[in-house]
Amino acid sequence: MSNELIDFVIVSIALLGIGIYGLSVKRNAIRMLFAIEIIINAANLNLVAFARYIPNSGGQTLALFSIAIAAAEVAVGLSLIIVAYRMYQNIDIADFRSLKG
Amino acid sequence: MVDATFLALSVLTIGSAIAALELRSLIYGSIALMGTLGGIAGFFLLLDSPFIAIFQIAVYVGSIAVLILFTVMLVKRELIFKKIEDRRRKFAGIGLMLILMVGLGSIIIDSGLRTIQTDEPPVDFRDIGKDFVTYYWPALVLMALILAGAVTGALVLARREDVADEQRTN
Repeated sequence: MSNELIDFVIVSIALLGIGIYGLSVKRNAIRMLFAIEIIINAANLNLVAFARYIPNSGGQTLALFSIAIAAAEVAVGLSLIIVAYRMYQNIDIADFRSLKG
Repeated sequence: MVDATFLALSVLTIGSAIAALELRSLIYGSIALMGTLGGIAGFFLLLDSPFIAIFQIAVYVGSIAVLILFTVMLVKRELIFKKIEDRRRKFAGIGLMLILMVGLGSIIIDSGLRTIQTDEPPVDFRDIGKDFVTYYWPALVLMALILAGAVTGALVLARREDVADEQRTN
């Protein structure tokens, strides 16, 4: 393997930075979900990169669990966005001020 | 040193991550997000874990990106093409991103990670399957229940008809 661990970690840091930029600047609820996805993928990349350097399969199993839980999170997040869109007819999170019952 | 495949994959992944956040249209943005997720799957292939790469393609590129595309289609046309962001926060956000990248990057480059080498053979995917049904089976069952609960909860939330009516009466 010609690529080293540190290369993958640096790509993962770049993705984390882009995701945090998206979370702090964007007010579009769907774009914020994109940013969360990018951060989760950076974490998964880190997990698999470090798992390559241990002799057993524990790290890869953990990465699979992480991917599955992220899928569940996206489903719930998207349905929350749909409900909020129906209530406010907008996807700007600045309009979601009163989310009480 | 990195090879050409790695360089191409990182340009694809990081470039389409920026495009996903910055393209004006949400539809093109979600297609660019697909590019990011596919690039990550390519990294998994480079890391000798084909099983996770296939899983990533099936779960992320196959289902989550399509789910996001369908959600975008449910939104009004004007909202899809409108850029909603805090202009005042834009430079602060870019600054935060650069500080984070430079800070974390310099820490990582100075750390001992650079010298780590491995001669281990890649993990066989059969071992992962065995792990799932032997040592990790309670976690697997729990994960299945969480997934079922999340999908049911998402359906119940999205099908609530009374929400729009309540808002109208208010």
